[in-house]
Amino acid sequence: MGTFQIDFGESRKSKIVGIDLGTTNSLVAYMELTGPRIVEDADGRKIVPSIVSLSEDGKLIAGEIASELLLTKPERTVYSVKRLMGRGVADIQEELKLFPFRIAPEDNIKLELGGRTFTPPEISAAVLRQLKENAEDALGETVGQAVITVPAYFNDAQRQATKDAGRLAGLEVLRLVNEPTAASLAYGLDKRKNGVIAVYDFGGGTFDVSILRIHDGIFEVLATNGDTHLGGDDIDNLLLRIALEDLQSEWGENLSGDSEGVQRLRRAVIAAKQELSFVPGTNIELDYHGRRYLRAIDRTLFERLITPIIERTLEPCRACLADAKLTPADIDEVVLVGGSTRIPLVRAAVERLFKSKPHTELNPDEVVALGAAVQAGILSGDVEDQLLLDVTPLSLGIETMGGVVSKLIHRNSTIPASATESFTTAVEGQRNVLIHVLQGERELVKDCRSLARFDLKDIQPMPAGFARIEVRFLIDANGILNVTARDARTGKEHSVEVKPSYGLTEEQVEVMIQEGLERAEEDMQERQLREARVEADNMLAATAKAQKNAAWDTLTAEERERVEAAKRDVLTVYHGKDHHVLTAALEDLNQATMTLAENMMNTAVRGALTGTKID
Amino acid sequence: MPILSKNFYAFFGIEPKLRLDLEALQKRFYELSRTWHPDRFTRKSPSEQAEALEATAVLNDGYRTLRDPVKRAEYLLTEEGFPIGEQRSKDVPPELLEEVFELNMALEELKSGDDSARPQLETAKQNFTGMRAKVDAELEKLFGKYDASEPQSETAKQALHEVRGALNRRRYIENLIRDVDRALNPDVAAAEPVDDRL
Repeated sequence: MGTFQIDFGESRKSKIVGIDLGTTNSLVAYMELTGPRIVEDADGRKIVPSIVSLSEDGKLIAGEIASELLLTKPERTVYSVKRLMGRGVADIQEELKLFPFRIAPEDNIKLELGGRTFTPPEISAAVLRQLKENAEDALGETVGQAVITVPAYFNDAQRQATKDAGRLAGLEVLRLVNEPTAASLAYGLDKRKNGVIAVYDFGGGTFDVSILRIHDGIFEVLATNGDTHLGGDDIDNLLLRIALEDLQSEWGENLSGDSEGVQRLRRAVIAAKQELSFVPGTNIELDYHGRRYLRAIDRTLFERLITPIIERTLEPCRACLADAKLTPADIDEVVLVGGSTRIPLVRAAVERLFKSKPHTELNPDEVVALGAAVQAGILSGDVEDQLLLDVTPLSLGIETMGGVVSKLIHRNSTIPASATESFTTAVEGQRNVLIHVLQGERELVKDCRSLARFDLKDIQPMPAGFARIEVRFLIDANGILNVTARDARTGKEHSVEVKPSYGLTEEQVEVMIQEGLERAEEDMQERQLREARVEADNMLAATAKAQKNAAWDTLTAEERERVEAAKRDVLTVYHGKDHHVLTAALEDLNQATMTLAENMMNTAVRGALTGTKID
Repeated sequence: MPILSKNFYAFFGIEPKLRLDLEALQKRFYELSRTWHPDRFTRKSPSEQAEALEATAVLNDGYRTLRDPVKRAEYLLTEEGFPIGEQRSKDVPPELLEEVFELNMALEELKSGDDSARPQLETAKQNFTGMRAKVDAELEKLFGKYDASEPQSETAKQALHEVRGALNRRRYIENLIRDVDRALNPDVAAAEPVDDRL
């Protein structure tokens, strides 16, 4: 059947998808004429669990299947990897006590899965690849560009790691958008035209709060604050710890060392936590290897347990209000984002703080992905009347004398934002100047987050203090730092060598992308080889059968020998690695058996005419 | 497309005045954002994207500077050739000499664990906050004087000279307030950047 294509010209552009890459769950959405829409997989599921498992044949698989493997193959499976993005081994000692991360003993964080090691961006890339596939299936076209959301309070390294993950998954990341801001876009579509809103985003692993002024389609972030290590995970871990102790006193056995048991108990406490948002009491229930653990828990107890965690979200809210120079009375509306905001105690705390009843019309699990799709629509030009003006969450500075940080760009500055600073040499003939860039609010280098060291190289030798190199620090619309340098005397661009303090260098990412391509190539080879072998099996079987047919005797000795030779050739190359060789041998066999096949056909036709059954 | 200027006033297309209509400035900021924001250039060529990024950085830096009276005045002074030198600690404005001396004593006492200095510091903070308000009022007057003068005239230069003096005094007082705040709440104040808005 013939097909014909309609040329849509310029208007036919490939879709940019919006991705919410969450700690616990991830979603992908796109913009339709009617508005943003979440992608569903073949089974109608929207949520892709951010869980990744290494299959027996060496592939990273993500989502629902990996979620099941977390129970049966915990040593090959990992979750909540977003907590490790853009961080150093020293940062994550606390996480290691709570999460079953198996960290390889190296400088950069690498996770061990089934004997192989992976960086956090590689793991996240597996989740992104799954989302990309789901989107491609739903849209019926390849997807190459994406908007990915990140916690507003993510620092430069965490953002860079997210961008790297996108590239590893074969996605061009057109924009990183802050999660609370994305949520405001989703709400803003049909909400009030002007006003001040606060977005309270309590997700699986991160907490963010942002305050925005909406003015005729401009979404201007006034201030943002948060904690990148505070989320529903912390509630789960708290309940899990208590349940483990309780179970030990009941069973007389410590389950902590048993990964499968721990994962099953973790599921049980999560189920109980979720139920408690809707019913006043429930049970934590575990059936494991013929034993049963059952503990009743009511909402009063649950709320008493989690109060300290909820309290930790309120301080960033107050700081955010102060930075925006606003009081709760100035906030017109509050929007809730993230699964943890289903907890009634969270809602009550937010309402008390902002003195206004929060919005919950949109599903808190989906609102960020919906907003990411709106932002994708803004980038593609499909959405014209809205524009997001976001800020950098953390101040950027450089190390000066005595280990003090000199701030260049203050937190809550609208991005893109820039600052220029002049540098000179301290000793005669000095050829290099090293600039240490940090992020954070504290005064001393040791209390801030090291971002990178920039080496200004090949400075003309001259007396101390004579060189003048102007360095420009530019935070782009993704919240990522770009540094350029210029010799103020000659006006020439100056080379800058970047050594990121955490995460991957540009070269490492390139190598991984290359390896990924080679792996894809290997996978393809592998599949074609398997297919060729299946075909060989079929053809050899068919030939063997034909040789028992009367038609075989009608062949000349020469023709028979040719068939035998072709069979031998196929068997010789059958176990080889190159599918091309096997395919060529099969083609020879096909040619050699042509006469035989014709003769069989003729015999069959004659037989059919005379009513003789031919086998 | 307008020609890109790195001068903030020129970029916003407004007169280089020290008093600004903040509402009009915000409106202009939103308009220019709609034109220049990188989001509007995703499907454009790399050179157009680079230009948009550059323009938006100037726009945002400019808005941050111009909407804040102190930063705006410092910017205009620098542009007009009145660089504002870093105030050194020894340059105590003469009228503050006595106050600063007593303040330093009180700060030392508190540091050495003598909490009886606390009420004195609270009073000092109130004093300095009052002084800052006075400088702000003075600045407001000087802004008017500059704006009314002929550009480049002697009156204009004289006004800028006085603005610079007032700004230096203001920064000095601001630092004192910060020191007192830090002494009073050592945990909180460390993370706070200087708030230098009027």
